Amino acid sequence: MELTGKILMLGNEAIARGLLESGCEITTSYPGTPSSEILSSFIDQKRRLSYPGHSQWAINEKVAFEIAYAGAMTGLRAAVSMKQVGLNVASDPLMSAAYMGTKGGFVIISADDPGPHSSQTEQDSRLMAMAAKIPVLDPESPRQAKEMIATAYAISEKFKIPVMLRPTTRVCHARQDIQPETIPASERVADFEKNPARWAATPKFRFQLHQELEDKLTALAGYADTAPVRVNEAASGPKALVVSGVAAGHAKEILRARGLWETVPLYQVLQPFPLHQEFIARLIGKYEEILIIEETAPVIEMQFADRHRTRGKLTGRVPRVGELLPEKIEEIVCETAGLTYDKTETPSVPGRRPTLCAGCPHRASFFAIRKAAPKAIYTSDIGCYTLGLNLGAVDTVLCMGAAIGQAAGFYHSYKHREKRPDIIATIGDSTFFHAGIPALVDAVAQKVRFVLVILDNRTTAMTGNQPTPATGDGIEDTGVDIATLVNGCGVKFCREQDPYQMDAFIELVGEAVAFSRENGPAVVISKHPCIIDPRYKDTHPPRVAVEVADTCDGCMYCIQRFECPALSMEGDKVRIDKMLCNGCGICLSVCPKESIRKR
Amino acid sequence: MLEQQIIISGVGGQGVLFITRLLAEAAIQKGHSVLTAETHGMAQRGGTVISHLKVGPFTSPMIRPAQADGLLALKADNFLQHGMYLKNSGWTVVNGSANAVIEIPGTAYRADADAVACKLGAPRSVNLVLLGAALGMKADSLFCSIEDIRTVLTGRFGNKKDLLKASHQALEKGFETQRH
Repeated sequence: MELTGKILMLGNEAIARGLLESGCEITTSYPGTPSSEILSSFIDQKRRLSYPGHSQWAINEKVAFEIAYAGAMTGLRAAVSMKQVGLNVASDPLMSAAYMGTKGGFVIISADDPGPHSSQTEQDSRLMAMAAKIPVLDPESPRQAKEMIATAYAISEKFKIPVMLRPTTRVCHARQDIQPETIPASERVADFEKNPARWAATPKFRFQLHQELEDKLTALAGYADTAPVRVNEAASGPKALVVSGVAAGHAKEILRARGLWETVPLYQVLQPFPLHQEFIARLIGKYEEILIIEETAPVIEMQFADRHRTRGKLTGRVPRVGELLPEKIEEIVCETAGLTYDKTETPSVPGRRPTLCAGCPHRASFFAIRKAAPKAIYTSDIGCYTLGLNLGAVDTVLCMGAAIGQAAGFYHSYKHREKRPDIIATIGDSTFFHAGIPALVDAVAQKVRFVLVILDNRTTAMTGNQPTPATGDGIEDTGVDIATLVNGCGVKFCREQDPYQMDAFIELVGEAVAFSRENGPAVVISKHPCIIDPRYKDTHPPRVAVEVADTCDGCMYCIQRFECPALSMEGDKVRIDKMLCNGCGICLSVCPKESIRKR
Repeated sequence: MLEQQIIISGVGGQGVLFITRLLAEAAIQKGHSVLTAETHGMAQRGGTVISHLKVGPFTSPMIRPAQADGLLALKADNFLQHGMYLKNSGWTVVNGSANAVIEIPGTAYRADADAVACKLGAPRSVNLVLLGAALGMKADSLFCSIEDIRTVLTGRFGNKKDLLKASHQALEKGFETQRH
């Protein structure tokens, strides 16, 4: 990419660009909204520039972390990116890497999702940085996120410590005009210096490393380059506003719009942990009231040991849950400044709920599962197929891989009862690799009587069609074979079937249920590629044109049980929306009255 | 200094993100600063999708209620949900297909983008048709013109002649709707 002028960059692209400009050579990730485009954009830009190094989608965040961290141990610059719940998975190496420190700069990018928009929790990765005792930077915008990558590498190498960058959805998925800078030629070579006292430290040495870590944090809490910034130098007043992340961007506009720019001193925290000690003392000494606005946990606020002047989430002034939308911040700021705030009535119109795409193979699988085992407990997992909820074929969603662990838990809870429910777990291919395999091995060892349906659509669909270990890099099956893996786990019933062949698929699920009742785990691999993954666009069967016959009595069975977006009621009959219909033809097998037929 | 705040909303799969990008790139081309906030992830699977577009010296990517200059609604019922972002003087261009039963105030402009796109044999070009309609209808109050968007499309699809031709055509058909 030549340096033309400013270009429009998604926050995640800006972060990727920042990594390239900082000479990062090892980049790994596991996809998860809102972080996914960081690595895909890095790989794109890298290809165009013939940039050296290694980039990959790893099987999960823990493995991704370990690969990138080892790269940093050799002196190269490395980064791992993930969403906030992914950091939970990577928390084991995180806590330990903080003690051992780093040689080449090591940046952990953990994207939070206040709202939440596309996540199980609203957890704050900055708390994880606190728990691990590593510094964390909190960008307000795509532009600042890119700049902070350079800062993160500088402090990572100066203090020999992993550094976290914590963008939120509104940074990752904002776009901004950004000036690209030059990308330096790589001068580093991997050079791992053996030092078992550090890299393989026993508890005795860990104690020493812990002491060193504390010293690093103390120094970082006084480090000038990451100190909070006074935004409106000229403002003076008795009440100060302290902000970080995207709340800073909102606050700057709101103070101007409400005429408070001259009267409310505004401070932007760049490094919420460790918070600069001199800053805390100065504010406590200077202001009557300090309003602290940050997402999503009170990380800055709780570091003010003397809280009789602070207002924020801990005091109830700022809401503890949900995204801090700019209108919410305006309301809070107005309350503090003694201004009236006219709240705009927000209509209570429910938006459209998300749904599986028309033609999605998961829809066929879920319909068949309910047909084959209508009274089963359906445990499921994280991915597009969570939307099996809409078909009544998903009862539980906990976290990555939990479909299998929870299926086992339900089985053990019911196993001494006279009547046991059937249990059917559904999990996607990528999620099975991520966290399903250990749970499946455990279920085999414990003879858990359940059916596992692996929804193998040859992609990580929800997050933008990233590859999986089964797909390798391209459409060729160069990767790991799921059936072989399942057999290797010791499962005695493992069969594959395309769910587009509805009758055969229902029969197979029925067989698997019967097997599981007597023998333990049975696995069905539902094989049909994702219909929106461009890699597979030429592999789908020819489109089937369908129509609704006059015999349709409007019983709504297809709409409720199949829930295809192309099917809706028009008057007293079902109508097929030709703009939405994908021509999969599955609905031909759905109508109990055979009123949907080929055209 | 020019300041414009525009909401673009619709349903996942309609191409809300795409036209947001076209407008944002047009802004940069004209030398303006730009910030957007977008919907990604699960909602893109057919759920409600909204983009905030802010052209000018802004620091927040999001538009506060009653601050938007304009609303581009790719589904008529999005107006009910997102109309509250509009200023009193704000404009609306809404994809008002014949079967939409939503009541939309008199100041709003309706274009049957679904019908135009279907007639073009390109049902997925609804987004460009509606953008074209907005550019035709709001020529005096939008920060960019149909020529600016044509230039952005040419920059994007320059080496894909068929795609470029089809996108220009969708944009123009939309643009023309406001003359009838």
